[in-house]
Amino acid sequence: MNAELQTLSDHIAASLDDVVTARDIAYGELTIVVRGQDILKAATFLRHDPQCRFVCFIDICGADYPGREKRFDVVYHLLSPHLNHRIRLKVETDEATPVPSLVSLFPAANWFEREAYDLYGILFSGHPDLRRILTDYGFEGFPLRKDFPLTGFVEVRYDEGQGRVVYEPVKLNQEFRNFDFLSPWEGTDYVLPGDEKAKA
Amino acid sequence: MGEHNIRNFSINFGPQHPAAHGVLRLVLELDGEIVERVDPHIGLLHRGTEKLIEYKTYVQANPYFDRLDYVAPMNQEHAFCLATEKLLGITVPRRAQLIRVLYSEIGRLLSHLLNVTTQAMDVGALTPPLWGFEEREKLMIFYERASGSRMHANYVRPGGVTMDLPPELIDDIEAFCDPFLKVLDDLDDLVITNRIFKQRNVDIGVVSLDDAWKWGFSGVMVRGSGAAWDLRKAQPYECYEEMEFDIPVGRNGDNYDRQVIRMLEMRESVRIMRQCIDKLRAPDGQGPVSTLDGKVAPPSRKDMKRSMEALIHHFKLYTEGFHVPAGEVYAAVEAPKGEFGVYLVADGTNKPYRCKIRAPGFAHLQAMDFMCRGHMLADVAGILGSLDIVFGEVDR
Repeated sequence: MNAELQTLSDHIAASLDDVVTARDIAYGELTIVVRGQDILKAATFLRHDPQCRFVCFIDICGADYPGREKRFDVVYHLLSPHLNHRIRLKVETDEATPVPSLVSLFPAANWFEREAYDLYGILFSGHPDLRRILTDYGFEGFPLRKDFPLTGFVEVRYDEGQGRVVYEPVKLNQEFRNFDFLSPWEGTDYVLPGDEKAKA
Repeated sequence: MGEHNIRNFSINFGPQHPAAHGVLRLVLELDGEIVERVDPHIGLLHRGTEKLIEYKTYVQANPYFDRLDYVAPMNQEHAFCLATEKLLGITVPRRAQLIRVLYSEIGRLLSHLLNVTTQAMDVGALTPPLWGFEEREKLMIFYERASGSRMHANYVRPGGVTMDLPPELIDDIEAFCDPFLKVLDDLDDLVITNRIFKQRNVDIGVVSLDDAWKWGFSGVMVRGSGAAWDLRKAQPYECYEEMEFDIPVGRNGDNYDRQVIRMLEMRESVRIMRQCIDKLRAPDGQGPVSTLDGKVAPPSRKDMKRSMEALIHHFKLYTEGFHVPAGEVYAAVEAPKGEFGVYLVADGTNKPYRCKIRAPGFAHLQAMDFMCRGHMLADVAGILGSLDIVFGEVDR
């Protein structure tokens, strides 16, 4: 399995050597990192190359790493039913840089890119209809970003007097409790509350 | 009335319409009775599952998967557990694998029974759903007897399953199989051979195999278009490798083929269930139903009363949970509706860093526009039914 993936990975890297920036096989899965502007070229090659034939579209999703300079990963999963292999393509981007859309190649990318835009604010260039998809009409913010609070900002209820649903700021009787389970004895990179005095 | 008087209509279908299978709002543009454009508005059932999972430990995240495709809950949990186990590098004991396969197939029956019979309802028949729900009720009782819950089972856990099946339950599942095949025969007579059902479904919503792949279809939707593609055979997980079953494949890629495939798959599922039952009774099918690694799966109540180590494990697992080594995996199962995948990114802590749920219904529903164009308004409900949509998994 891994030997086959290695051959496939070498073949892809040889054919797309100006596009691929990194590749890796872990847990029996092939990951290829591609430069952002070249994703369409890479996906077109993977779909049409007779040795790859990744014709089946599986998934596009975002992932947020706020510590990085380019904070978002766009992760593509494709499947080749002929080879019986999967492949993962990754592209890095930030809030302002659009990623070329795959809609012209895989029509299924349409909603998945809309979802990535809706939840992360990742922009796709050449997308025919980049609207929000999962969140409420008129929603503000990008909920799956790591800096978006779990509780959100607004809550809705039906108002008897006005006869409609009203939006109000979230009021919680108790803060959401997010416990820190990282053991302070194993060298954490943060300061526990109160410890800052000890160092001073 | 002259031709210049005919104008296009835009109508709203849903969000509360019995044929919308949940909370789907379709904005339809019609030219007379011909559909010109379909714009599905989804997200009315969006609960932010993926965000919530990022704030929960791996064990706490598990029940959210029941609430995705709530027609076949355990199949979803299974995908998440496979992803977690892949990262942890643990293998599941054989008996747990057999139980998982057995309940995955029960889930398939639950889902297909609902879909085939409500499809009949969408095209005008009221009896089939009543017959189907009678069988679903029996299957849900099997769910309840195994997990304590009829729907939201939380039974499949990372490392295995929560508890063993009592032998009487295995006997009862076996006793269910034969009469159920008779019910399937009856349903075949009632639905599949029905004249009106054929008139409403044959040659409606035809998808070619090429289109099916590029629209991201999976499961019955590609098999209906002629590909013998089933993850249980192609990329076997658990003990599907040793099971004997066939993959029904359609020829025309229309609504009718898909429903016939679902009927045939139920028979194959019963075949797999029988094999599971035999293997569960065999000597090598005995043993633990969860990994014995105390760092992942909780100890038995009995051990907790006597062993300090077990008590500590229990406390740590239910407060902190287990830490999963950093990495990213994609694990997929052949859920009744298609390929249900989980893309899991772990960062070494006790919570997933990112958990993307790849629901088959999401990919299928977006093809509504492509499939409905040029069809009559009445076929929209039929096509929607044959896609097998459940909004829990589409909206997440």
